[in-house]
Amino acid sequence: MARGGGGEGHRARYLPGDPRPPEGGPTSRILAPLRAEGARAVAVAVASTVVVLGVLGWSITRSANWPAVRDAFFNGLEFRETFPEIARRFLRNVAYFMVAEPFILAFALLLAVMRSLPGPVFFPIRAMAIVYTDFFRGVPTVLVVYILGFGVPALGLAGVPRDPGFWGVVALVLSYSAYVAEVYRAGIESVHPSQVAAARSLGLGRWPTLRYVVIPQAVRRVVPPLLNDFVALQKDTALVAFVVAAPEAFKMAQIQQAARFNFTPLLAAALMFLVITVPLTRTVDWLVARERRRREAGGGL
Amino acid sequence: MTADASGGAADGVALRLEGVRKSFGKLEVLKGIDLTVGEHEVICLIGASGSGKSTLLRCINLLEPVDAGRIFVHGEEITAPGVDVNRVRRRIGIVFQSFNLFPHMTVLRNITLAPIKALGLPKAEAEGRALALLERFGLADKKDEYPDRLSGGQQQRVAIVRALAMEPDIMLLDEVTSALDPELVAEVLSVIRELAEGGMTMLIATHEMAFARDIADRICFLDGGVILEEGPPERIFTEPREERTRRFLQRIIEAGRL
Repeated sequence: MARGGGGEGHRARYLPGDPRPPEGGPTSRILAPLRAEGARAVAVAVASTVVVLGVLGWSITRSANWPAVRDAFFNGLEFRETFPEIARRFLRNVAYFMVAEPFILAFALLLAVMRSLPGPVFFPIRAMAIVYTDFFRGVPTVLVVYILGFGVPALGLAGVPRDPGFWGVVALVLSYSAYVAEVYRAGIESVHPSQVAAARSLGLGRWPTLRYVVIPQAVRRVVPPLLNDFVALQKDTALVAFVVAAPEAFKMAQIQQAARFNFTPLLAAALMFLVITVPLTRTVDWLVARERRRREAGGGL
Repeated sequence: MTADASGGAADGVALRLEGVRKSFGKLEVLKGIDLTVGEHEVICLIGASGSGKSTLLRCINLLEPVDAGRIFVHGEEITAPGVDVNRVRRRIGIVFQSFNLFPHMTVLRNITLAPIKALGLPKAEAEGRALALLERFGLADKKDEYPDRLSGGQQQRVAIVRALAMEPDIMLLDEVTSALDPELVAEVLSVIRELAEGGMTMLIATHEMAFARDIADRICFLDGGVILEEGPPERIFTEPREERTRRFLQRIIEAGRL
């Protein structure tokens, strides 16, 4: 009885025949109003966009300093000459990401589980997880990259890798695991206690309950915020540039910029990051919108 | 069971409660419950919301630790320190008001999860057992559906099957029809009736008085955390001895539920 409140939430969620909100239809918040209002709205939007961009472009290109800015940042020749090499170097950034991400996902899940263990016996485990996440969320990632990337190889310990790039990636793993652990934890806490009760009442132990009932539901719910952290990680792979000798996209752009006295290579590097992060970000938006519609429709997962 | 020899198993007692007490903070929900349930006996717990029915069932399943008192299953004390709660729970099935099916698993997987992971049954055997139960309760065609594709009545029947797949000695049913639309109640009650006819020992917390009267061997009226009155359904419903029982039943009749 005292815990009966939990039942109500599920009732609202599961019962058929509940009034359903109108379907969300279009997923884009930018384009949705247009579709709702029809052809006239589209025409107005197109005209308005052309006018705004036209005025902006005209006033920028007419300004006295535009030729200097264009040559320094948007130089077509510089771009053609440097972009291929930067794009090739960007594969390193992708590699850092691909190596770091699986470790982050696994280590962060371990941290989140450690932090969700109940009871006084597990206090030290919980405390360790909390101290860890507090520390690495509180320290700038670039600082961790510096400390590990320069510090550990300098120790010259036997059996420990000397490659600064290795330690740069380790720093990313340590730092991002703290953030991702918090995302997982939010997911774990969002699984209703009645799910745990149902699993435990069937004689499943604490670990199988976590493994088969809680974590699968938790992870499903936090996919959008996890992808957000993916986007951030892909950008922060540029931080490894501070400690490695072999240049990745950002460092290569810096080198080219210094050699050519032109900033266009940096813009080229920025473009490479956008090629990856913008589609990822749009995917996150789409997933978030879909998740919200499902929740509002009361369809469960 | 190793403890069966200690008495109780042979005397036909499935479940015995002695002075069970439970508080949540300052609120004492159970104030000393004594109850003996015979094998194959069906007992209905009735009483107002907050009288302690659900808490009592959750205590028997060890989902809530008792503050005082002892609970025996077939003579073995399950409230003793050091008892393996997972082993105890495998013998006691519980079905909740809110179904609590696992939404990310198909019906079949919902049912086979615990037999495979807790009992260690081979997958084929667990599935065979699950399919036989689904067949028996008219749910065989739903085996590959996810819970949110089922009606409330179907979900609750699956939840019952999920508990039965562990082949428990005792079933605890916690207001299993309270979250259902009225037209879906009957299908769930008929499942429970079939279990009773099959000889399942059951402890049923319910607001369905007509059903309780029909199915129960004994009715226990809970009020203020104690069993205020118990007896055969005919007597409880026609000539209750306690004033509070009378008033409770009066309210039920006025609400058109009996």
